[in-house]
Amino acid sequence: MYRYDEFDHTLVAERIATFRRQVGRRLSGDLTEDQFKPLRLKNGLYLQLHAYMLRVNIPYGCLSTRQLRKFADIARRYDRGFGHFTTRQNIQYNWISLAETPDILAELASVEVNTMQSSGNCVRNITADQFAGRARDEVEDPRPWCELIRQWSILHPEFSYLPRKFKIAVSGAPVDRAAVKFHDVGLYLRRNAAGEVGFEVIVGGGQGRLPYVGLTIRDWLAKDDLLSYLEAILRIYNLGGRRDNPQKARIKVQVNALGIDEFRRLVDEEWAQIKASPLLAVPAAEIDRISAYFAPPAWEQITDEAGLLVRQDAASAAFAAWRRANVVAHRQPGYAIVNLSLKATSMAPGDLTADQMDAVADLADRYTLGELRVTHRQNLVFTDVRQKDLLAVWEALDKLDLATPNIGTITDIVACPGLDFCALANARAIPVAQQIGRHFQSAAALQDVGELSINISGCMNACGHHHVGNIGILGVEKNGQEFYQLTLGGSSGADASLGDRLGKGIPAAEVPPAIEAIVGTYKQLRNPGERFLDTYRRIGLEPFREAVYGPDAGRRREVA
Amino acid sequence: MTTVVRDGRLQDDAFVDASGQDTLPAAGPVIVSLAQWQAGRDGLLARGTPLGIRLQSDQSPALVAGDLGHFAVVALEFPKYRDGRAYTHARALKERLGYAGEIRAIGDVLQEQLHFMQRCGFNAFEISGPDPERAWATVAGDHTVWYQATGDGRARALDLRHPAGRR
Repeated sequence: MYRYDEFDHTLVAERIATFRRQVGRRLSGDLTEDQFKPLRLKNGLYLQLHAYMLRVNIPYGCLSTRQLRKFADIARRYDRGFGHFTTRQNIQYNWISLAETPDILAELASVEVNTMQSSGNCVRNITADQFAGRARDEVEDPRPWCELIRQWSILHPEFSYLPRKFKIAVSGAPVDRAAVKFHDVGLYLRRNAAGEVGFEVIVGGGQGRLPYVGLTIRDWLAKDDLLSYLEAILRIYNLGGRRDNPQKARIKVQVNALGIDEFRRLVDEEWAQIKASPLLAVPAAEIDRISAYFAPPAWEQITDEAGLLVRQDAASAAFAAWRRANVVAHRQPGYAIVNLSLKATSMAPGDLTADQMDAVADLADRYTLGELRVTHRQNLVFTDVRQKDLLAVWEALDKLDLATPNIGTITDIVACPGLDFCALANARAIPVAQQIGRHFQSAAALQDVGELSINISGCMNACGHHHVGNIGILGVEKNGQEFYQLTLGGSSGADASLGDRLGKGIPAAEVPPAIEAIVGTYKQLRNPGERFLDTYRRIGLEPFREAVYGPDAGRRREVA
Repeated sequence: MTTVVRDGRLQDDAFVDASGQDTLPAAGPVIVSLAQWQAGRDGLLARGTPLGIRLQSDQSPALVAGDLGHFAVVALEFPKYRDGRAYTHARALKERLGYAGEIRAIGDVLQEQLHFMQRCGFNAFEISGPDPERAWATVAGDHTVWYQATGDGRARALDLRHPAGRR
């Protein structure tokens, strides 16, 4: 993975020194909270319901065991012994003291991690497919390009005060594991007709109050043109994005107001002026330097262990269920990709204790090559496990409660922190996720239902990405009570779609029975082997609405 | 008389900002609004004094591209520090429209923004707060490494990594 050189180290150290001074000015009263807010946000520090929250970047989801141990260390020394992995490949600490924050940033910098631009109206953490460099279906590894974009975006002199936040995701594979179409800019590495690898560029996707599936602004962009094209998009957005209303300030609103063709025309006009600029040219030597950090590791020359795994499956149904749900094919023979489920019912989705972090780091050092990944569905990944070690890895993960065989299933729930932590939330998200988790606990039930994503957001800001859950759950508040609105049919994949609203909100206690009714309807009406999403797309909302609200649901809805 | 920070030092400013006024001072350097310039271009030129123009953040310098030679100062307004449009305007002035005079940051100009402003081409600053010179001195050493190139000629980190490939 990427390592800082002297320039990266200096840049981060200078940034921390500046922030230390700013924190000092805030603590002495020299800065008001209003003046301090944008400064702290640019360093990932939020003020939440109970305390400061610190959001730490895990660029494009890549993490070393050394870094994970540092996360554990910080959780113990500066927080309450745990951290929360988010949908944007960040880790968040929820109980941070302002005065200690500069020290935490210095600790993070010692392992080449930073919090720069993890918040604020600027380009945020660059995210990517968690299987980058290991997936069998990959056109090319997206990570070198992510790193190039990361550097271009950090402390950009012109684009540090954008109308609103700006999120970029990159996928190197046609199967989209990075929700590319729900980012301000999304990039797919693609081959053109001549066989050259470049980027399909998507713009204007997003969730929140105004969800949009991103649109293709350019079918194919040469790699050499990446920075100039991004700069053109950012410039058009910086000048033309709305600044009168934060709810309407994202690029998706600008793209929608202008229409994609007019937006494309503006970008192309701007791009024509800077395409050949030496200010944006990247020498091949720099691409080579960055790419070298992502070269395939020293895999052993071994072969697949089909026979052994079949025997191990036969000996343990639990191992077999875990392998089926949580283990993914690796591009290198004899190896496997292992998902660690952070969705046991014992914990909040995406949470990991400091002890678990240390134990996971030990396992990664023992059974993989010392690296792991963070996924946008709030799980972790071991990228390089020898197939012959899978049984031992499973046993160890099971002891840590990280082997729930539920990746991609109904209990692999994405949830925001919700009203338990967040100042913006209208309703709790974590307890709802845990209720559903307990309701569908058995491995047999999970296997029977198969691929089905549930996403829960505690408010319209949609941090739990409810719009793109196959089943989306949105918490709302009515007369001081929490209600939950369900949506069906969302997808964050290459076949991206927004969920359709099922009906009026229901109380928390009715959510698990409603999910059960939806799943029951699916099981009844599905064709053999058909995923929930495909069944829904075939039969539509009505059978599910009836199952949840009763046969006279249509009439009642009109009265309501 | 207003004061402006140039090259890190607080200096008296000869210009009178008349952009919000109905009548201009009879003589001396003035800064006018885009509307004043468009309505009274000939009269302003006939004054024979140095001129400046003040542009709001939604007024592109391209609107006065042909007239830039008449201005000793282009003052770009930050109505709120959060409004980042003037960074793009400053780069356009310096890097695209060939303007070589003073680009002045006015409005909600905080010390934390000075580095970004400088890199985008601003070279004069009306800094908010009681002690602009101290504000400048405080942040002067904050950044020695940059990942981006602008028209100010500073090398990017990647240029320093690959000296042979430098512009």
